Parts: sequence; structure tokens; C-alpha cells
Amino acid sequence: MADGNAHVAAKSFYEEGTTKKSTGITSWLFSTDHKRIGLMYLVTITAFFFVGALFGVLMRLELMAPGETIMGAQEYNTLFTLHGVIMIFLFIIPGIPAIFGNFFLPLQLGAKDVAFPRLNLLSYWIYLIGSVLVILSLFMQGGPIDTGWTFYVPYSVRTTTSVSLPLFAAFVLGFSSILTGLNFIVTIHRMRAPGMNFFRMPLFGWSIYATAWIQVIATPVVGITILLVIIERSFGVGIFDPALGGDPILFQHLFWIYSHPAVYIMILPAMGVVSEIIPTFSRRTIFGYTPIAMSSLAIAFVGYLVWAHHMFTSGMSDTSRVIFSLLTYIVALPSGVKVFNWVATMYKGSIDPKPPFLWVMSFVFLFSIGGLTGLVLGSITADIHVHDTYFVVSHFHYVMFGGTGTIVFAALYYWFPKMFGKMYNIKWANINALFYIIAFNVLYFPKFIMGYQGMPRRYYDYLPEFADLQMLSTIGSWIMFATLVSIFLNLYLAIKKGKKAHNNPWGGVTLEWQTSSPPPLLNFDREITVNHEPYDFSQLKELDYESK
Amino acid sequence: MSQSNGAVVNQLHRDDLGAKLGMWVFLFTEVLLFGGMFLVYAVYRFQFSDLFKLAALELNTGLGTFNTIVLLTSSLTMVLAIVAIQKNKKNLSLFYLASTIGFALIFMVVKYFEWSAKFSHGIYPGSEELLNRQNGEILFFGLYFVMTGLHAFHVIIGVIIIAVLMVFVYKNKIVHDNYVKLENGGLYWHLVDLIWIFLFPLFYLIH
Repeated sequence: MADGNAHVAAKSFYEEGTTKKSTGITSWLFSTDHKRIGLMYLVTITAFFFVGALFGVLMRLELMAPGETIMGAQEYNTLFTLHGVIMIFLFIIPGIPAIFGNFFLPLQLGAKDVAFPRLNLLSYWIYLIGSVLVILSLFMQGGPIDTGWTFYVPYSVRTTTSVSLPLFAAFVLGFSSILTGLNFIVTIHRMRAPGMNFFRMPLFGWSIYATAWIQVIATPVVGITILLVIIERSFGVGIFDPALGGDPILFQHLFWIYSHPAVYIMILPAMGVVSEIIPTFSRRTIFGYTPIAMSSLAIAFVGYLVWAHHMFTSGMSDTSRVIFSLLTYIVALPSGVKVFNWVATMYKGSIDPKPPFLWVMSFVFLFSIGGLTGLVLGSITADIHVHDTYFVVSHFHYVMFGGTGTIVFAALYYWFPKMFGKMYNIKWANINALFYIIAFNVLYFPKFIMGYQGMPRRYYDYLPEFADLQMLSTIGSWIMFATLVSIFLNLYLAIKKGKKAHNNPWGGVTLEWQTSSPPPLLNFDREITVNHEPYDFSQLKELDYESK
Repeated sequence: MSQSNGAVVNQLHRDDLGAKLGMWVFLFTEVLLFGGMFLVYAVYRFQFSDLFKLAALELNTGLGTFNTIVLLTSSLTMVLAIVAIQKNKKNLSLFYLASTIGFALIFMVVKYFEWSAKFSHGIYPGSEELLNRQNGEILFFGLYFVMTGLHAFHVIIGVIIIAVLMVFVYKNKIVHDNYVKLENGGLYWHLVDLIWIFLFPLFYLIH
């Protein structure tokens, strides 16, 4: 452990694989190496992210001016549904766990791989099949789905567009998510290096652990709900059909029993990444390790009990609404614990504002706006005013995109040198961070105002008084898209001709920084034993790192 | 060590406890999958309790009881197959696994006759006969077909799993000191059994 100057390992995982041939497309598609699987997820998910983002840009183009601009109402309905389905099921839910969890969880635990490497590959294949089904559904008879990503009955049962196939795709994707979660749970229980007890585990591991439990416990509920809608469409059983005694509200309950915990599947891993980046760039151990670890579990637990706050206007007794509102407020407590501990970590630290840190700061800013407006929506009276308006749209884009999306980039900037062994252009990355936060607020902040003024979501047209703010938001979408392209261009050029990265460019002390970049097939060239807290920076004296 | 191939490492890495932990976690997901259905059942049972009782009278309790016994026995033979492999009796284990599949098939055949009897009385989702009845009865039979259908689907998956396990036993991939695959298959089969233990009273016995 003390010997941080890892001897340069003979071969990296790019040069040596688990298959017979170590290069070529099959050596990737059939690889059980968690690092290769993580990179395959990175490529696939990035591709879908750009498709989803492109749909978003097209929607904003339509909304640039009142009236029909570039598409009609039906196309717009289709587009916002696909934007939602792709961003939720193909980008943000798998996002951090599948890419960075796969790549870095075993590294941080000092393990050689995840507990079930073949199952891990199977998860990727299932993900791929699910995403192909989503694409196929666009070309089915009846036209692409237009129900919105929430698939609310009765419309999803009645519409003539192709609903069953994308629903089945969501079911398949859920299966992939479950298997990934299962794999991580067993990995964390069984694969930690000697000496690494639960409380010496990096906080990213804790957040992945909490996430994995939500994936395992909540996803089957949406699975069965989706199956019921498909059955309803095929056979007309009547479970959600009031004419036969069924109850459409029951669908909403079942749907949100999964889909609310799912937002914690999206955000918890991001919080874990933040807990990694802040100590590294503050050169200071994390403040309140145990509370941060426990708050992940607390968020996962309380997150199960708040689903009905999506349904304040759907028809529920006042008692349940008050209870769900109260429970919703309680989620703010563990979230607050995290934010305060992060800030306290930076206090008197030696802060080094490299790109990953700047992105984390963007996260804290954007996520705080998203979180605080969440409280507005959590209180019943305010929610009834802004329910189903742009206010909600803006809120969840601040939380999901400003929260998780931002951290996907932070994680990418943080771990990129480890994944590819190359360094990107730092100045370019800093400028991207600046443009990102400007673009983000230009794009989404006007929606808070419009929502408060009563602009409903999911409309392709609007009253003339919203024209200026809609235009502003559309301009924001252009800057945002250009920034996203620029981010990936920087990283792409770095892979192609970036200079070689140091094994530990940031001076991190968790285990992934104590192996070569990129790591060898079995992650470390020695047996790992752990005798430190995860963020003990006194180790740095003995470790090799790039000082500056 | 860094020279060794990853595939070799995967085989060298054997963790029976981890494998079982993974299986149990997977069983949680199954419980929650059916949990969603049980929730739906509970809501409508509460709403239409009288009509549910009325509709339940039409199910054949005798056949249901018979199937329950069949499935419980199949769980027993599953356990005996594991005991046999522990005692290094390969052929006996194969015999018990085959019996388990046999019982599963009996279960499916009985299920087939139950369903076709209902169909011949005109009771199936969307049928005219059913639509003329009251809402509670429509929902009862809707849930009956969906839940027992989903369960039957799991029985079929179970048969496939057990068939694969038989191949493993036959090829000596599952042996007396390495049988965690068989145990995990058994766990799955017991879950399928257990879900039926709940479905049976909910549909057949509560009149």
C-alpha cells in the first residue's frame, strides 16, 4: 500500500483482454473485464445522450416562436416522449453506475473484477437489446409512442401509436438495471480487499451500494406495472379501466412507487462522485464520512415513501397528501447533510480548482436551485399552483441534468486520465465549464418564470406573452448543444493525441490512483491490503503524484 | 500474475457464499415483481370483497389443491436432488431432478385443463360472458388469469433451469463439492412454489 510508485505494469487492459484475441470488436463485445464493459457503456450511453439532446434541441426549435414552427402537435408529442424515454431509461438511470460504477467500483475496492463478470456482460447485452427495441419501436405501425415517458393510463392503453414495444423495451432495460445492481451489492459485500471494512470504503462505493438496493427493490414494481399496461392493451383485462371496475390512479401509484425511488438511482451515484472529487481537490479528508455514508442509505430508504407527491392533483385524501408532503420534506434532511459536509470539507482545505472541481461547484450551484425548488413542489398548496407547468420541467432538469448530468461530466474529467491514460486540454475544459453553467441557466431558468406564470408543460404552442422567454430558452439550448459537442471534442482529441497522463494526476489517495493508467487487466500488479481511512492524505507523502 | 488470462481468473475465483447472496438478492426482485400484483389484488379485494367471494366459488378447489400438493412435492424432490449430489450419488440426483420436472409438467397440464374449462364457459379477458358480469367479477378473473399466468410462466422458466442443471450434473460440472448452482436453482424453484402457496388461498380458498 505504501508503495505508491506502482511499477509500470507490463500490459494495460487495452492490450490484454479476457477473450482469446485482445483487440478487435469481438474482444470488446465478449469481454468480461469490468473496465471494457464500463467503456462500452460509455460509448453507447454517450451516443444516446446526443440523440436525446438533439431531440431536446428540436423541441426548443419548435417553441422558438408561437404557432407551428417546424413541426405539428403530434410530432411534438412524439418528440418529448422519446426525449424522456431516451434520457431517463438509456442515459441517466444507467449513466453513472454502469459507466463509472463498473469501471471504478472494483478498482476502489482493490478487487480484480466485479463478483459476477459474465453477468456483468449479460447486463450490457440486455441494455443493448433494450435500446435496439426502443429504436425499432420508432418504425412500427401506428408511429412512435406519444404518451410521455410516464406512460399514464388510460391514454397509453387507448392511443393507436406503438406503445407495447417501447414499454417492453423499458422492461428489458429494467432487467439490465436490476442485474447491474445485484452485481454491485455482491461485489461490495464479497470483493473488498483485505483490511477494507465497510467504513474504509470510498464514499462512491457507499452511494453505489445504496443505489444498487434501490435498483433491485424498486425496479421490479415498474416492471410488473409496464407488463400490466401491455396486457391491458393486448387483452383488455380491465385492471386500469374504470368501465370494468379498474382504477387508473392505481397505475400512477404503481408507476411512482418505482419511478420516485428511480430519481435517487439517478442522483445518489452523482453524490458519491462529488464525495470523491471534493476531498481530492481540497487535499483534506472528507468531513463527516459516516454521516455522508449513512445519508445515502437514508435517502434510499425515505425515497421509497414519498412517491405520491407526484400525484397531489390526481385525487387522494387530504391525510395522505399531508403525510406524503411531510415525508418529502424529510428527504431534504439527508440531502442537506451531504451538502453541508461537502462545504465543510473544503473549509481550510488547500483548494485546487482543476476542471473536475469546477464541475462539482457547478453541480452544487445547480443542484441547490433544483433541490430548493423541489421544496416548493413538495408543499401541497404551492404544488397545486405550479403542477404540470414549466416549473416542474425546470425543477427536474435542474436536479437531473444540472445534478446528475453535470456530475457525469465531472466524473469524466476526473477519471478520464485513469480510463484512457491520456490528459485532455485543461484550459479548454475550464472554458467549457463556464459556458456550460451559462448555457444551463439561460436554457432552464426562464422556464421557472414561465411555469410560475402558468405555461403548461408538453404543449407545442403557447400564448404570445411567453414568446420572449421561450426565445431566450431556445438560444440557451443552442449554446448548450455547442458546449456539449465541445466537451466531447476535447476528450476525443485527448484520446487521439493527448499527452500521456501521470498515474495520479490529481493527487488522489483512493486505490484507483495507486495503479497504472490505464490499469492492467487485473487492476493491480500486487495484492492490495488496506490500512488507511479512504481519504487519508498523509499517504500522499509516500505516494507518487503529479505535484503542481 | 499479470500475465494470466482473465478467463482463467474468473474460473479460479470461486465464492459460493457470494453466489448465494446474489441469488437471494435476485429472489427479492421476484418477490417485488409479484408484490406489485399482490398489491393490485389487495386493493380490488378491499373494494369488491363480496363479488370476489362470489367469483371464487367458480374455481375448482379440488384441482387447485391437487396442484398445490404436486408443487410442494416437486420442492421436496428438488431438495432430495441436492442431498443426493452432496452424497456423491449422481444418478439419484438426476432422477430427482427429472421427477421435479415431471411434477412441474403435471402442474402445467392441470393448469391447462383449468384454463380451458374457463375458456369453454366463455370466461376469458374481454369475453362477452365476462363483460356481462359485475365489475368485481371481471377484475377477479382478470387478476386470476394474469397472476396464475405470470406464475405459470415462472414454472416454465424453472423447468428450463432445472433441465440445464441436469446437463451440468450429467457433465460433472456440478459435483459433490461444488454444487452451488444446483442450490441456487433450488432456491428459485422454492420461490416459484412459495408464490403458488400464496396464490392458492387468495384465489381458491377465500369464499
